[in-house]
Amino acid sequence: MIHSLFLVNSSGDIFLEKHWKSVVSRSVCDYFFEAQERASEPENVPPVIPTPHHYLISVLRHRIYFVAVIQSEVPPLFVIEFLHRVVDTFQDYFGVCTEAAIKDNVVVVYELLEEMLDNGFPLATESNILKELIKPPTILRTVVNTITGSTNVGEQLPTGQLSVVPWRRTGVKYTNNEAYFDVVEEIDAIIDKSGSTITAEIQGVIDACVKLTGMPDLTLSFMNPRLLDDVSFHPCVRFKRWEAERILSFIPPDGNFRLLSYHVSSQNLHPLRSTSLVAIPVYVKHNITFREGSSQGRFELTLGPKQTMGKGVEAVLVNSQLPRGVLNTNLNPSQGTYTFDPVTKLLTWDVGKINPQKLPSLKGSMSLQAGASKPDENPTINIQFKIQQSALSGLKVNRLDMYGEKYKPFKGIKYMTKAGKFQVRT
Amino acid sequence: MLSMSTNNSSYNDQGGADSAVEIGQETTPTSNSGAGFGLFSTDFKKNDDLKEMLENNKESLKLEAMKRIVGLIAKGKNASELFPAVVKNVASKNIELKKLVYVYLVRYAEEQQDLALLSISTFQRALKDPNQLIRASALRVLSSIRVPIIIPIMMLAIKEAASDMSPYVRKTSAHAIQKLYSLDPDQKEHLIEVIEKLLKDKSTLVAGSVVMAFEEVCPERIDLIHKNYRKLCNLLVDVEEWGQVVIISMLTRYARTQFTSPWREDGVFDENSERAFYESDEEKTRDDTEIKPYTMDPDHRLLLRNTKPLLQSRNTAVVMSVAQLYWHLAPRNEVSIVTKSLVRLLRSHREVQYIVLQNIATMSIQRKGMFEPYMKSFYVRSTDATHIKSLKLEILTNLANEANISTILREFQTYVKSQDKQFAAGTIQAIGRCATNISEVTDTCLNGLVLLLSNRDETVVAESVVVIKKLLQAQPSQHSDIIKHMAKLLDNITVSMARASILWLIGEYCERVPKIAPDVLRKMAKSFTSEEDIVKLQTVNLAAKLYLTNSKQTKLLTQYILNLGKYDQNYDIRDRTRFIRQLIVPNEKSGALSKYARRILLAPKPAPVLESAYKDRDRYQLGTLSHTINTKASGYLELSDWPAVAPDQSVRNVEVIEPVKEWAPSLGKTGKSKPAKSSDDKFYSDSGEEEEDEKGSGTSSSNDGSSSSSAGLSLCLCVPPPGPVCVSGPAFVPEKSHNLLHRMTGKGLAAQYQFTRQPCLYQPNMVSVQISLTNTSDHRLEQIHIGERSPAGLKIHCFNTIGESHCFSTLDDTKEDQFSVSIQPAVGDLFLAVTMTEQDFRKEQGKLQGMNECSATITVTAENTSSQPLNRRVAAMANVGVVPSGQDNVHRFAGKTACSGAVLLVTVELRESSAAVITINTEKSVMGSMLLRDLKKSLAQA
Repeated sequence: MIHSLFLVNSSGDIFLEKHWKSVVSRSVCDYFFEAQERASEPENVPPVIPTPHHYLISVLRHRIYFVAVIQSEVPPLFVIEFLHRVVDTFQDYFGVCTEAAIKDNVVVVYELLEEMLDNGFPLATESNILKELIKPPTILRTVVNTITGSTNVGEQLPTGQLSVVPWRRTGVKYTNNEAYFDVVEEIDAIIDKSGSTITAEIQGVIDACVKLTGMPDLTLSFMNPRLLDDVSFHPCVRFKRWEAERILSFIPPDGNFRLLSYHVSSQNLHPLRSTSLVAIPVYVKHNITFREGSSQGRFELTLGPKQTMGKGVEAVLVNSQLPRGVLNTNLNPSQGTYTFDPVTKLLTWDVGKINPQKLPSLKGSMSLQAGASKPDENPTINIQFKIQQSALSGLKVNRLDMYGEKYKPFKGIKYMTKAGKFQVRT
Repeated sequence: MLSMSTNNSSYNDQGGADSAVEIGQETTPTSNSGAGFGLFSTDFKKNDDLKEMLENNKESLKLEAMKRIVGLIAKGKNASELFPAVVKNVASKNIELKKLVYVYLVRYAEEQQDLALLSISTFQRALKDPNQLIRASALRVLSSIRVPIIIPIMMLAIKEAASDMSPYVRKTSAHAIQKLYSLDPDQKEHLIEVIEKLLKDKSTLVAGSVVMAFEEVCPERIDLIHKNYRKLCNLLVDVEEWGQVVIISMLTRYARTQFTSPWREDGVFDENSERAFYESDEEKTRDDTEIKPYTMDPDHRLLLRNTKPLLQSRNTAVVMSVAQLYWHLAPRNEVSIVTKSLVRLLRSHREVQYIVLQNIATMSIQRKGMFEPYMKSFYVRSTDATHIKSLKLEILTNLANEANISTILREFQTYVKSQDKQFAAGTIQAIGRCATNISEVTDTCLNGLVLLLSNRDETVVAESVVVIKKLLQAQPSQHSDIIKHMAKLLDNITVSMARASILWLIGEYCERVPKIAPDVLRKMAKSFTSEEDIVKLQTVNLAAKLYLTNSKQTKLLTQYILNLGKYDQNYDIRDRTRFIRQLIVPNEKSGALSKYARRILLAPKPAPVLESAYKDRDRYQLGTLSHTINTKASGYLELSDWPAVAPDQSVRNVEVIEPVKEWAPSLGKTGKSKPAKSSDDKFYSDSGEEEEDEKGSGTSSSNDGSSSSSAGLSLCLCVPPPGPVCVSGPAFVPEKSHNLLHRMTGKGLAAQYQFTRQPCLYQPNMVSVQISLTNTSDHRLEQIHIGERSPAGLKIHCFNTIGESHCFSTLDDTKEDQFSVSIQPAVGDLFLAVTMTEQDFRKEQGKLQGMNECSATITVTAENTSSQPLNRRVAAMANVGVVPSGQDNVHRFAGKTACSGAVLLVTVELRESSAAVITINTEKSVMGSMLLRDLKKSLAQA
């Protein structure tokens, strides 16, 4: 399976290598560097690169390439999924997954990689199990270890490794028992020139932070479970129960985890209509024109709320890749700040909150390269925003119950809507 | 906290105290020092320093040194000369130090084989350690050291570990199999034996790893799977996610060799009827069977059913592998259930999208209908990476049909204007493909493409020309306008491919544009020398064709061009020129061929077929690396075709009763999944189990009215995993049985139960209870089964319904009776006896002090003061094993709770004047105190 792993930073240096079978020379990465050079953008490096004797499968996260070396047939998604799991684990352990963090904790990284794979096959990837084997580094623990000579490495096989609930360790204790659930929905949409929706879908997740003593057994029920017909679960969720009763019943992992992710497309909401009826929470009025023969272009953009269920639209951020011919812009935002990078041609407008009484707008002119012909494409506008306390699909949690333990936990549920890939074509 | 400074003198200056404080935060001095010599000397000195630290007595210094060495390894620096110093620490007590030494060993052992042998004895010792984690990691390292001399030792260790108590160690041994195999393929036969043994393993932990080993070592030994097939199918949901992927792909291969094709032979799949089909699955299959004698093997169905819930997995690799399983194994009308899950994966990371889109591209060629409702999910966003964009384009083109083409073309229009010109060019090709595939829109597309010819961007225009050329070739009849338009373009276009295409078009249809063609040739003759090779070739072609059709105007031009070509630098062009000259200019040497020149050059040419690049990718199994790179990767296992006749199905029958999996998972997990699952399992557990039951009930049925028939059944109470100590057989089996159901209350049915103290057949952590049922009534009792099992936290593996417990008369009155009964085990029966040494006993006892200890002083009766009767008394009370004791007056017993494997230690110390102190150490303090009470009573009574 996975033979070796190389971590490559954005400047093309290998800063960490790990081998699970015999050592593979790092010169194998030359094929990767070649592909990297050929790609115009970092994201364009192909994830699978065949070389004469090996296959390189890489993922790009946090501007680090994780390059796995494979020698024989293996499902590529297997490797990709594992590499992402490695990144998630690093993030979990060190807070951030940067080159500096990895270099600072190189011993822990090595110990983790050693535990996660045996002979290239995943051994322990569940964060709860890993944390029992190798304790995450904290300042306090480092100090204690240097004084007492104790180590970060567990001596016993983690209980989860053998148990049928591998995601939860035994003997969890908290003084404050609490369970928080965040329903976060992201809306992906493409809006066309005239403002009509080409495609819109909602990608939702329920992230949980559960700090409960013992072995609690939770059930979560929804007011409108019919919305969820395309879901994927954390392994703790009992699938049969969901199928039969549409209730989420599970023994939660300890700490933070993603309980469920779901997908609401226009199809599931209205199977009979082809046009999407996912509510679009903002609208954009735009007027971006370039005139032939003139070195000036007009730029006007106005944002407004629409179908927000009475909640305010916050943290609005607009960015747009202007055509290459644009030299500079001279714009005037009615609120917020805007920047334009003349090198990358990226326009960013940090709007903040939308006030329905006074709609934010950005107006002004663009100066174009003299003599160049007018760009034939108008830029696409990407919008980010947040709406607190509301889930766009209308999903609502009905109740959360706990069985198996005596105490009374503190429960909390939060809703939020965010823009995912929200694009407006102009 | 100090961090290591970068210059090398500080390394030498540092006292031990300082370095103990740092925490592996060293920076690289070497990378800064630049020059080769400096680099070498720094390394050299630093290693000296490390060697000193390793030889120091202080643990902390050693650890520090190891951390720095691991840092070196991570950077790919050579630290091999430290091997002797490092290997000494392999037996260290400090677990972190030990682990780091392991890391080092595995990295360098191959290079320093002789020295590596020094460490072997340590691992051999660790393989016997009571701690399963230590056993497992010793095996891991031992098998990772690639030193051929130790192959026999590895083999032995693997065999031993394969029958280890701990599933974790067994899992490690499955991994070790692959390592040994890659080191020495000659061991194959022996390894297959171990694989065969491990395949029988019932632990979900082992399943994935052993199948992995199977795939690597002996994928051709499909016969090893037969007996385990049903078990693997049933375990699948509970196997860890990585194992699921491996097992599913193996089972896909297996199923293709064992079952007959569920696809209808005519091969034509009526997409419209798909939905109706799906709803009335049952009826339809029945209809089918009337026409054709195809019925799906129940095992085939079992696999499909048990993999379906995994489509909901959060692991994208699992979802993909289920999708490919359905694609390759499911009846055509069921494949579409994977669509939604695949589309969901598109929200995942870029790399995941890439692989999933590739697979969808292959699928969508054969089965448009599967993805058509999700067409909009494949719309391109400006932020997508280029390879994602082109894959989406590919899929959209595959999905295009008469109904949706207008939507797709409208979408394509936006893409053509994209700033990413490579993508725009791809879109034009896609439009071309739509135009050839759907005749209704050919003209629309052509017009659109012609409009693009006036685009400002060169690549767009060039691509359009190439595509238009292909389209015109398909239907050249009425398009002389377009050809004229393109001839005009020739002045401005610089992209060679486009110029060549225009020239070819004019040459091919020169009779339609008789006025323009010679003029174009004239222009080309002028610029011939400065053209690209491909354009020159087409110019020569154009000249030849014009010479044949219109020699009056073009004779001289042609001669001129042929002369230029004759002296060209490129030999292809020289060759072509020579060939054309011989062909078209008649002279004495040219033979009969020139007579046919016109028919050769101006033959009607078949239109090119615009096909998807994914057209023939379906020869590879979906989801594989080979599919992604479109060439056979090493180690790719071909998916065989369906056999015409199914091989013997009975090979999969299993005689022994498999532990029915539904009871194994977590406390609650089962509770709810029970009803559905058990019906799933029916397939395979039924046959075996019934036999057993029948045996019990059939034994006694005598004729007289009040006769009894008794059924011996075993019922298990369950709870979680086994501990590290060895379970031994019971020292004593009490014969006393307890009443479960009195015959009066039970309306004739009496039940008695007894604790057999035998290890449970179904699960090591269950306690077996034997229930004897007696029919004291005069009518027959049917369908005796255990009903609702309510108590929370208690799991019962119960027997299946007993067919009938009959007696003489056959009164046909159906009446249902339910009795609530309860089994109350004495606390002593919930333990399992274990053997351990006195030393271990003391060690365990040391761990269980304070809260975990309870003791009492009692007066024992005289006969209990000698060891024999005392041992018997204790063993009767509780299922514990006797621990050999050095002292005469101290008796020790050890056991563990069946459920959690918590150790229970009993010490009876006899004092003067028949006083005795009973001490019980266990972390289950409630059980401890209950047992203490029972023991007090038992030992005090005569």
